[in-house]
Amino acid sequence: MNDIAAKELVAYVTGIGVRGPGLVDWPQTEAVLCARQPYQRGETLLPAPETLPPTERRRTGRAVRLAFATGLEAARQSGADPAQLPVVFASSGGDGDNCHEICQTLASANRALSPTRFHNSVHNAPAGYWSIAAGTQVQSTTICAYDASFAAGLLEALTQVAVCGVTTALIAYDIDYPPPLRAARAVPAAFGLALILRANPQPNALALLRVRLDTGTASRLGHHELETLRATIPAAEGLVLLEAIAMRRATTVNIAYLEPQTLRVTVTPCA
Amino acid sequence: MTPLFLTQFTATSCLGTGLQPLRAALSSARSGLAPCRFEDVELDTWIGAVADIDEQPLPQIWSPFECRNNRLAFLGLGQDDFRAGVASCLSRLGAHRVGLFMGTSTSGVLQTELAYRRRDPGSGALPADFNYAGTHNTFSSANFIRQLLGIQGPAAVVSTACSSSAKAFGAAQRMIELGIIDAAVVGGVDSLCLTTLYGFHSLQLTAPRPCRPFAADRAGISIGEAAAFVLLEKSAPRAATSAIALLGVGESNDGYHLSAPHPEGLGARLAMESALSAAGLDAADVGYVNLHGTGTTSNDSAECAAVTRVFGMDLPCSSTKGATGHTLGAAVALEAVICALALQDQLLPGGANTSLVDPALQLNYLTQSQPGSITNAVSNSFGFGGTNCSLAFGKLA
Repeated sequence: MNDIAAKELVAYVTGIGVRGPGLVDWPQTEAVLCARQPYQRGETLLPAPETLPPTERRRTGRAVRLAFATGLEAARQSGADPAQLPVVFASSGGDGDNCHEICQTLASANRALSPTRFHNSVHNAPAGYWSIAAGTQVQSTTICAYDASFAAGLLEALTQVAVCGVTTALIAYDIDYPPPLRAARAVPAAFGLALILRANPQPNALALLRVRLDTGTASRLGHHELETLRATIPAAEGLVLLEAIAMRRATTVNIAYLEPQTLRVTVTPCA
Repeated sequence: MTPLFLTQFTATSCLGTGLQPLRAALSSARSGLAPCRFEDVELDTWIGAVADIDEQPLPQIWSPFECRNNRLAFLGLGQDDFRAGVASCLSRLGAHRVGLFMGTSTSGVLQTELAYRRRDPGSGALPADFNYAGTHNTFSSANFIRQLLGIQGPAAVVSTACSSSAKAFGAAQRMIELGIIDAAVVGGVDSLCLTTLYGFHSLQLTAPRPCRPFAADRAGISIGEAAAFVLLEKSAPRAATSAIALLGVGESNDGYHLSAPHPEGLGARLAMESALSAAGLDAADVGYVNLHGTGTTSNDSAECAAVTRVFGMDLPCSSTKGATGHTLGAAVALEAVICALALQDQLLPGGANTSLVDPALQLNYLTQSQPGSITNAVSNSFGFGGTNCSLAFGKLA
């Protein structure tokens, strides 16, 4: 794969957002990753999306709340205006709660669906709510690559940065399915991670990423409990990248993608 | 952007399997819609179902992927020597230099809907034969097709409702432009399921008769299903009689409402303008627009406002959803193939079922198919979530 390896995608990370079980934001997650703070597993706390009008806010489920919480944290940190920000949403399964409710209704005697349930069923519902909240016509996309969804999302966001030269957000998120789907798709908890990616350096940049396709072994996290999250929640694959950024030293990690491929990411801290 | 050649393409819908029946239907503006007899659905609506999927299980080795959506993908890939064309491309370029970008809205969720009827009465568990990853998951068709075709480059499913397969073209185009890959299979596959039938019904968007896009008495959509595929390459086909190329992709959002379009089609206009700009085309260079044209009151009036703003009132345009139904995440893959055939055959497809165009919609809507001399065509798609994408195609000498 040497010819592929030559094609390198480059971007500066200027903002990070994280939400997961026992993880409430990037500063706290960074402290946990650096072992400055112990990890205490708990529920994934999902605030109502404050930027949405109340009528829309009431219609949102966990998937939308997770996408908003992480995306807004990252945008705020980078100083990016959501109205000017293309977003790549990546989710391995979309809104499992909503899907369960629809399937229950469709298997019952009365199949009448609620219109809100139906429009929330599209994989791009978070993208729709996000563009309404931001009042923007700027493009977004929503992709899925099952367990490889984080890497696929990162690749899509990096290609947008490279081709369009525009600062772009990646919002990767997964929520756990309720039973009985949970037995068929065992994502244990809700986890989301957002990155703001820029083509050019900026004083507040946290790290420079140089990314290429490779075929290495996927990296694991040094932190035992967070490694369990990485291994079981597709969006948490991005913790590999966050650990490298948190350590503030130049390093190279491999992010799991579609086998046998990985994304080889060289992380260089800024400032 | 650099033009990308459609070196191979095929489409399967209610009009038939492969290009031949599609061509025949387009030339006469024939519709493939029929009253809904899908599963045990009791809705007063018409649908565009692909015949024979029920009787064509996947070959045994692909049984983990067994579901209607993947059967449809398999059937579609088997037409017009598409698989042979991809195989030759893979051996020419290397399997890791070819990507796969699919669009779907509901993937194989029908499998889950049916499994929920077979839950264990005691535990509530789904039946043991239910395979989430191979069927329901949004990525399942791409996973299946990737293995079936032997593609080893990057792959993803774009799932942005009705613009899914249009935006899959965008994802592929960016990767090729950057030299990460040299070619990509781009397509869409979406199949009938209860979620969309009962869901669109809940929004009062399903028409009780065959859908009539842009007609004064239009009453909503007819849901269809399709599998359509394109092989996109940097280089022109060697023995090309007429090379069809993707010239531009334009994407935007409405930022307005989850399930209703912006009334003046603001986002739609931006998508068309940006596709033209990416293609380096003026509006006057375009000879035909394949409209999103779902047949809902709001879509068609918003789209009319946007199209006339960009192209004026005289440009020939039509919606082929009266013929195929609205195939949702597969719609643009199918309509991209229709644009390619229009360019290749120099045929302007008329919009089936619409006899009298809404006088309030002042544009040149074709109700009959007719010959036309066109060099470039645009395909529109606008989806739930306010997601818009327009593609520009051209015939290169």
